[in-house]
Amino acid sequence: MGNPNKVKAESGFMRWVDDRFPATQMWQDHLSKYYAPKNFNFWYFFGSLAMLLLVNQILTGIWLTMSYNPSAEGAFASVEYIMRDVEWGWLIRYLHSTGATAFFVVIYLHMFRGLLYGSYKAPRELVWIFGMAIYLLLMAEAFMGYLLPWGQMSYWGAQVIISLFSAIPVIGPDLTQWIRGDFLISGITLNRFFALHVVALPIVILALVVLHIIALHEVGSNNPDGIDIKAKKDETGKPLDGIPFHPYYTVKDIFGVAVFLFVFAAVVFYFPEGGGYFLEAPNFQPANPMVTPDHIAPVWYFTPFYAILRAITFDLFGLDAKFLGVVFMGGAIAVLFVLPWLDRSPVRSMRYKGWMSKTMLAIFAISFVILGILGALPATPLRTAVAQLCTALYFAFFLLMPFYTRLEKTKPVPERVTG
Amino acid sequence: MKKQLFALLFALVPFAVAAAPAADTPYSMTPDLNDEASLQRGMQLYVNYCMGCHSLEHQRFARAAEDFGMPQDLVEENLIFSSDLAYNDQMHIAMTRDDAANWFGAAAPDLTLQTRVRSADWVYSYLLTFYKDPSRPNGVNNEVFDMVAMPNVLEPLQGVQEKVCAETDRPVEGAELDPLTGKYQSCDVLQVTRPGSMEPDEFEEAVYDLTNFLAYVGEPSKLQAQVLGPKVLLFIFIFGVLAYLLKREYWRDIH
Repeated sequence: MGNPNKVKAESGFMRWVDDRFPATQMWQDHLSKYYAPKNFNFWYFFGSLAMLLLVNQILTGIWLTMSYNPSAEGAFASVEYIMRDVEWGWLIRYLHSTGATAFFVVIYLHMFRGLLYGSYKAPRELVWIFGMAIYLLLMAEAFMGYLLPWGQMSYWGAQVIISLFSAIPVIGPDLTQWIRGDFLISGITLNRFFALHVVALPIVILALVVLHIIALHEVGSNNPDGIDIKAKKDETGKPLDGIPFHPYYTVKDIFGVAVFLFVFAAVVFYFPEGGGYFLEAPNFQPANPMVTPDHIAPVWYFTPFYAILRAITFDLFGLDAKFLGVVFMGGAIAVLFVLPWLDRSPVRSMRYKGWMSKTMLAIFAISFVILGILGALPATPLRTAVAQLCTALYFAFFLLMPFYTRLEKTKPVPERVTG
Repeated sequence: MKKQLFALLFALVPFAVAAAPAADTPYSMTPDLNDEASLQRGMQLYVNYCMGCHSLEHQRFARAAEDFGMPQDLVEENLIFSSDLAYNDQMHIAMTRDDAANWFGAAAPDLTLQTRVRSADWVYSYLLTFYKDPSRPNGVNNEVFDMVAMPNVLEPLQGVQEKVCAETDRPVEGAELDPLTGKYQSCDVLQVTRPGSMEPDEFEEAVYDLTNFLAYVGEPSKLQAQVLGPKVLLFIFIFGVLAYLLKREYWRDIH
């Protein structure tokens, strides 16, 4: 079975292992002889930080599970039990809740890096698609996790989002009931969300992260210039602009981790509620199916899509507004999957694209932030109008991309990376 | 590298910023969880005036005693009134929720997390702004909780507060500022018309202590976070400096 060309240790214990498992080969393929472009900048810290946060969520999650009680009667009290009576429980819980917010901060910056330097373009389409699948599942993971404290916002947030499925024609109402497992959100829903949050989704997310990285290491990392470093190699076959990931990027990423952890720890210790955006005030009241909170807002990382959902206030083509809102919200995420085929530019990096691409990316980023703010606020006619405009701009960035990326004049791309 | 460091810090700023308190309240207070005397007085007020109806389901007597530096025997003698409750118990009340609902129309809410649901400013303002209103069943209404169902249980301390027409330094909704005196003329000024056992200043301090206690109860782990936080941040900072030096050493030969 074994490939005779595999790299093996000369002797000793590692040789014994290498004869049975490709340890040395894997170490070289993915770290010590994985050549990454030497010009990675600030934007390239977030991949390793996402990995760090994934580990943080899994470890703190395991410890939370040891004391959490997934029942409608006991969930809320068990969270307070963790906060007060479990040794270091408050720290574990805040690391988990702040970790969720940090995860999305890091993932959004990581995705923006992809947009900025064309990291989704050939040959990295699968890297991008696996990444998008991770993002989609991460949203499901976060949504289900938010139900578990069984506070008012947990309950009513889940109520609002699950009821969206009822807008789907024909099967909607039955589908909604099937997801909840009950006629309304109940302990049954809590139990299944717990199972999915703790077992099912983490397994799939971990598998996808492995696929994301295998695909990345197969084609090699992109870089801020968007050029192929493998095109220029020295006499030994090493890319001239490449450096081994280990030790160069491991030490650099460790420094990034330190800077990140400083900010992260400051939030965990001093602002774990994030001004009501990471932990919402109504969620300190136990879930009560009889009392609806004044204002139901999703956690901040969902607000851009929630704003798109609410922006659709009109019927169109015989479809009612609620269903259309769901379609637009779904479309806003779905369109990201086909991004590699929307970009027709001959260059990857924004550095060498024309003014239209740059303008559109700026408009897109601003629209996304505005939608995020609007999604957290109660709707007013003016806000809805702004949300409609921003929704149009959001989609324009993607749907017009095949045209503006082809029409615009690009700058010449350098032969070697520019630092 | 320096540029990148600042850029990274800058990018994480929005994530570190804590937003301003939610709603406007007529009074505001800053809890001081290190003021043990205030927390002790607050707890004393709570068990004497509030705990008849409002439980603290998640707060243990023992934890508060340890955090406020109170010996066990003193707590057992002076702060635990029910023979059903032990030092290590949570601060439950004797009344069942069903009984309370029958007698009062609604059970008094548990207050463990009240300052996190409503904010400490709200609780502080709520306790200070009961005023006489004969149209209400209990004879009182409240500035921040209109049509409140709770009587002013602190009235023996505060006295009777009424809305009167007067000048005040405090901005009043709908009242205009007199540019000459710098005061507001309003008929919604709260004034104690029949004194209680405390002077107004004294009462405000008592309410501060009570609110301070409830702010503690909302999140006792804040005390632990205060102690641990600086140590962790210092460790990460030193680690970060070493990590940077290591990175610089490795990258010396990359151009």
